[in-house]
Amino acid sequence: MPALRPDRSDRVVPPAGMPVRLTQLTSAAMAFLAVFALALSLAAGRLADRWSDALARTATVRISAPQGQMTTQTEAVLDVLRTTPGVASARALSADEQRALLEPWFGPDLPVDRLPLPRLVELVEGPEGLDAEALRLRLAGEAPGAVLDDHTRWRRPLVAAADRLRLFGWVALGLIGAAVASMITLAANAALAANARVIEVLRLVGARDVFIARAFVRRFTRRALEGAAGGTALGMLAMALMPETGEAGGFLTGLGFRGWHWLWPLAVPPLAALVAFAATRAAALRMLRGLT
Amino acid sequence: MIELDSVSHSYGGSELLGGLALRLPPGSFHFLTGPSGAGKTTFLRLCYAELAPTAGRVRIFGKDVRAMSRDDVAHTRRRIGVVHQDCQFLDHLSVAENVALPLSVAGRNAADHAGDLADLLGWVGLDTRAEALPPELSGGERQRAALARAVIMGPELILADEPTGNVDWEMSLRILHLLIELNRMGKAIVIATHDLNLIRAAKANVSARVLRIKDRRVQLAGADL
Ligand SMILES: Nc1ncnc2c1ncn2[C@@H]1O[C@H](COP(=O)(O)OP(=O)(O)O)[C@@H](O)[C@H]1O
Ligand SMILES: [Mg+2]
Repeated sequence: MPALRPDRSDRVVPPAGMPVRLTQLTSAAMAFLAVFALALSLAAGRLADRWSDALARTATVRISAPQGQMTTQTEAVLDVLRTTPGVASARALSADEQRALLEPWFGPDLPVDRLPLPRLVELVEGPEGLDAEALRLRLAGEAPGAVLDDHTRWRRPLVAAADRLRLFGWVALGLIGAAVASMITLAANAALAANARVIEVLRLVGARDVFIARAFVRRFTRRALEGAAGGTALGMLAMALMPETGEAGGFLTGLGFRGWHWLWPLAVPPLAALVAFAATRAAALRMLRGLT
Repeated sequence: MIELDSVSHSYGGSELLGGLALRLPPGSFHFLTGPSGAGKTTFLRLCYAELAPTAGRVRIFGKDVRAMSRDDVAHTRRRIGVVHQDCQFLDHLSVAENVALPLSVAGRNAADHAGDLADLLGWVGLDTRAEALPPELSGGERQRAALARAVIMGPELILADEPTGNVDWEMSLRILHLLIELNRMGKAIVIATHDLNLIRAAKANVSARVLRIKDRRVQLAGADL
């Protein structure tokens, strides 16, 4: 006798209808978007870390003085820096290094030693941190032509922007999750309404609410998982095929997954299934409680 | 098995049934009669906890309906076989699967009961229609499939609402005899019908009591049929 096998209990609901198929499609689209939001968050995070790391512990002192006083003022600045707490090391850039810095703008033949260029002293902050204001006051006293340029002025907004971008990425992921939950709730309600007669029959022959709910929950969860798996695969493929632009691309090429970060998007399909499970179950039990 | 104690029911408007006091003991055979719209279906619904009384107390297998959780109601329905007036099936499943549906929803492995199912379909004369879909059945076949579904769980009580509603006289008698056989096997039976000929036909074979709905009350009818 071809009676219902227990593992096929979702057969009590007629074969997949429109709501279930649309759930699959939407899950695929949302998973695709989720992969990009995830890539955005991770890339923004890397950018923020890189900027704050690389620039956090260096600063520059720029000395502009008449030709004759340049050496004395540079010595004075180095003296001050040696005795300033929070400065791990300091050294004056050589003429060659300064030429290399300016070369991209002025070409290789710049006569650095004959131009009234400022001298640059690079310092590295120690772990205890540098009190930039105190150092400025001391420099003003010892070497009037010296100006401290501690990078934080322009670094901070960049790091803040990258952090904000990372936040947007996570918010987008949250919104995608909420959109999936709402869409599946609507679809589940449509499926429940379309199968009202089936539900009534099941209830009359002694089915418990959880049995009826399970028939719907299984179907929606499976379709959401399938859809999200497809969408995630396409999203990852798209990320993998991003054209390589080298270092010059900067943030653009940074948008992608690096190393073990490739594991992150794999969490999207199970999460979509979890959302579908919770949304369908809640919708089904809510609807069933309204019946006798 | 089922006890009603000063039970009233109304669907929002005026009272449909009132002051019902009645008990259905195990192994009994009752007819429930009354004109269309008298409240026969409503009475049966009270008996299988699809409706809660608006006043009074209904106890099914000793348990107050009002105190039942939704799962209690589900479990109670597995012990009562109901042949509904508009016997509804799952139209995408075969007759055999529909008859086995109470087993499936109760989590029993239908394969373990394959023999019972085959016997049951043979008993109601649907063994050749086992693979048909419900919409392909005639009125009499639907009623017999509904009866088979009602008894597959081995219930102690069977409530049949107009089980001969849409069928010819010969088929009515056939269904009646199936129900009488079930009563001989010890099951309590309640048949709602407005067909007095059916009651007369039964009286020859079984000692049935007749309940009549009149003036919103359920009364025991005399031998004046
Ligand atoms: N769900 C309902 N809501 C409102 N009125 C109902 C409902 N079900 C039945 N009725 C009314 O209650 C009366 C009795 O119905 P019913 O119990 O089906 O009678 P019978 O089965 O004896 O023909 C009828 O007038 C019917 O219109
Ligand atoms: Mg009726």
